[in-house]
Amino acid sequence: MRRKDVLDLDDFTPDELREVLETTAAMKEVLARPIRRVPPLRGKTIVNCFYEASTRTRVSFELAAKNLSADVVNITASGSSVEKGETLIDTTRTLQALGADMVIMRHGASGAPYLVARELDASIINAGDGWHAHPTQALLDLFTVQSRLGSIEGRRVAIVGDILHSRVARSATWGFTTLGAQVVLCAPPTLLPIGFADAVSTGLRAKGISTPCPVTMTHDVDEALRDADVVMALRVQRERMDAGLLPSLREYSREWGITRERIAKARFGALVMHPGPMNEGVEISPEVAYGPQSVIEAQVTNGVAVRMAVMYLLAGGRAGPAV
Amino acid sequence: MSNQNNDPIRLATAHGRFLGSVVIRGGRVIDPGQGIDAITDIAVRDGFVDSVGIGIDAPPGAQVIDARGLIVTPGFVDLHTHLREPGFEYRETIATGTAAAAAGGFTTVCAMPNTEPAIDTTAVVDFIRDTARRQGSVRVYVIGAITRGRKGKALADLIELATAGVVAYSDDGDCVTDSALMRNALAYSRTTGRPVVQHAEDRALTTGAQMHEGSVSARLGLAGWPRAAEEIIVARDCELAALTGAHLHVAHVSSAGTLDFIRRARSRGVHVTAEVTPHHLTLTDTLVGGHWWSATASLPAYDTSTKVNPPLRETPDSLAMAAGLRDGVIDCIATDHAPHATTDKHCEYQAAASGISNLETALGSVLAVVHAGGLTLVEAIAALTIRPARVFGLASGTLLPGMAGDVTIFDPDREWCVDPTQFRSKGRNTPLAGHILRGQVIQTIVGGEVICDRSA
Repeated sequence: MRRKDVLDLDDFTPDELREVLETTAAMKEVLARPIRRVPPLRGKTIVNCFYEASTRTRVSFELAAKNLSADVVNITASGSSVEKGETLIDTTRTLQALGADMVIMRHGASGAPYLVARELDASIINAGDGWHAHPTQALLDLFTVQSRLGSIEGRRVAIVGDILHSRVARSATWGFTTLGAQVVLCAPPTLLPIGFADAVSTGLRAKGISTPCPVTMTHDVDEALRDADVVMALRVQRERMDAGLLPSLREYSREWGITRERIAKARFGALVMHPGPMNEGVEISPEVAYGPQSVIEAQVTNGVAVRMAVMYLLAGGRAGPAV
Repeated sequence: MSNQNNDPIRLATAHGRFLGSVVIRGGRVIDPGQGIDAITDIAVRDGFVDSVGIGIDAPPGAQVIDARGLIVTPGFVDLHTHLREPGFEYRETIATGTAAAAAGGFTTVCAMPNTEPAIDTTAVVDFIRDTARRQGSVRVYVIGAITRGRKGKALADLIELATAGVVAYSDDGDCVTDSALMRNALAYSRTTGRPVVQHAEDRALTTGAQMHEGSVSARLGLAGWPRAAEEIIVARDCELAALTGAHLHVAHVSSAGTLDFIRRARSRGVHVTAEVTPHHLTLTDTLVGGHWWSATASLPAYDTSTKVNPPLRETPDSLAMAAGLRDGVIDCIATDHAPHATTDKHCEYQAAASGISNLETALGSVLAVVHAGGLTLVEAIAALTIRPARVFGLASGTLLPGMAGDVTIFDPDREWCVDPTQFRSKGRNTPLAGHILRGQVIQTIVGGEVICDRSA
């Protein structure tokens, strides 16, 4: 992979995405071995720099780094100098001086990893920035769909939930559409990002990808689910109600919740996904979340392999099974 | 001023007498205030315009300037300048801000009152006027706050401020949100005849907003600042100006839709004036997503130099701004020069301060519109000279004999690369770094004294 950082999937070519997916398959194979540890990042220092609370993503990155034999240091905003008012630039300069080889960063401000990436010689992997991007989550979604359905091109992916505030939805949209799928974004009108479909069409054209109508946005969940191959539900937070964007979680659940009745509108055997953590009974009913079509647990497992693949490729590794 | 400057410019510093004599020969004099557009000469004697005409005599002791091939205009007038002093001297001072003005061809600036303390008492007005007299490179007028401490709760002593010399009132940086308070400010301003300058932003619609709401903000995951937040306040204020008969001046118009409300109010005889900034005339929100100025100069995504309030909007808006200047709905260009320190901008986008350091690039930006055919040269100069002077009733912006001898001489075709490290302003915050602008100030003359000189 000829890039220093992974900040979003908007600048990935289809070939780069395929390279990651291919490498992820090799990493899955490593994870199936009795001893999971392989040496490619031996002697490298990876810093997990999390400005927002996260358990699953941080642990997933940490396991991935350790499986590749890297040394891992965790920094969280609470309890560190960040609490004492150290700025992001100060922290970045410290990381530079300490000689980190790779920085995994989660931050509440959209674009924050871009600022850090400009300052640091180390590779940055964006582990989620504000509402903007969460590229490794999208990559694990791509990998999960590809391994379950065999292909991504031509598939119809419905993402239902709080799209406006979702970095998962944005990155997943770039990833799926770059590989030729169509994405339908569905949310109450107050939670749809005006103009996002246009932005993606423009961005794809710049990459030479000419899928007709790559992204549509609707508040009609039945329309969104019709003929969908993949249905992804997103977490809806109580604070959206407090901000006046939703009347109540009860109404949301009734109108947009992914239930067994609704999932029947999708294509037979459609995959059900969720980036977690779930509000069961709000955006997704437990019978769907734990039903036969759910691949939610596989997403978590694949997350480790995808992150191993991304770190391996950023460190100069080649795609393929030779790990 | 700094020995690191390579830009061949000589800039006079603190003097503040402005009583020089100069004769400028052979330039194309464009003075829209008098309807002059001709190759002719100008003489300034002891600080004031003496005569305009071919072959006029040089006043005794006058410096002679050869302006052949150059444009000679009244010194530019800026109605919207953040000089930051008192309170934020790490961002700009009256000395550096006025030096930047001179370097950009502005001979008159109006200082905005979002200082610390705010300009809401005679003492602060006096401080700024005194400091400007001692340290300023150009003429400084003062704008007073509308409300006490700019807090939007109670009117400042508007008559006292006018007596102290303020030329307008504004809470710029913050909108006067309370409709009753705005009505009262407009009504009370009739006692002094000074315009009330509104920063139009309905804060309920801009909570957390970082940039224009549209496809770029959707892509970048930044909270949007919709056009409606500006239009709603302008629509309301036009009605309040109609109700009170006062003079409303709309600061930094950014949305095409705003012009419809102003046009409608004007057609009913309401006294509404408006200004537009160079950046809203020339730049759009796509810059926030990253931009290549040339093969070697680029603006990365989320560059905080693009963060400004109101935000950069879309191409139809910037085209509407030029059309608005042409048809007069927008009276003038004002820079909204908003210098910031590196620490204010070198941070996350949502943590960054809003504003662009504008005085030194304003002419080049405006001329880009002229070169592209969006404005005539005469229209652009009018929008920088006589038109802003008329909005605030300032005795400047034209070269009638007897007026202050403030003259700007520029080369409309000279290309230069924007290098913020060469700025006279302390604020290096501009999205134009590395961009080639066509058109540069050669000399700035205040009261017959050459304050800025790039002719060497």
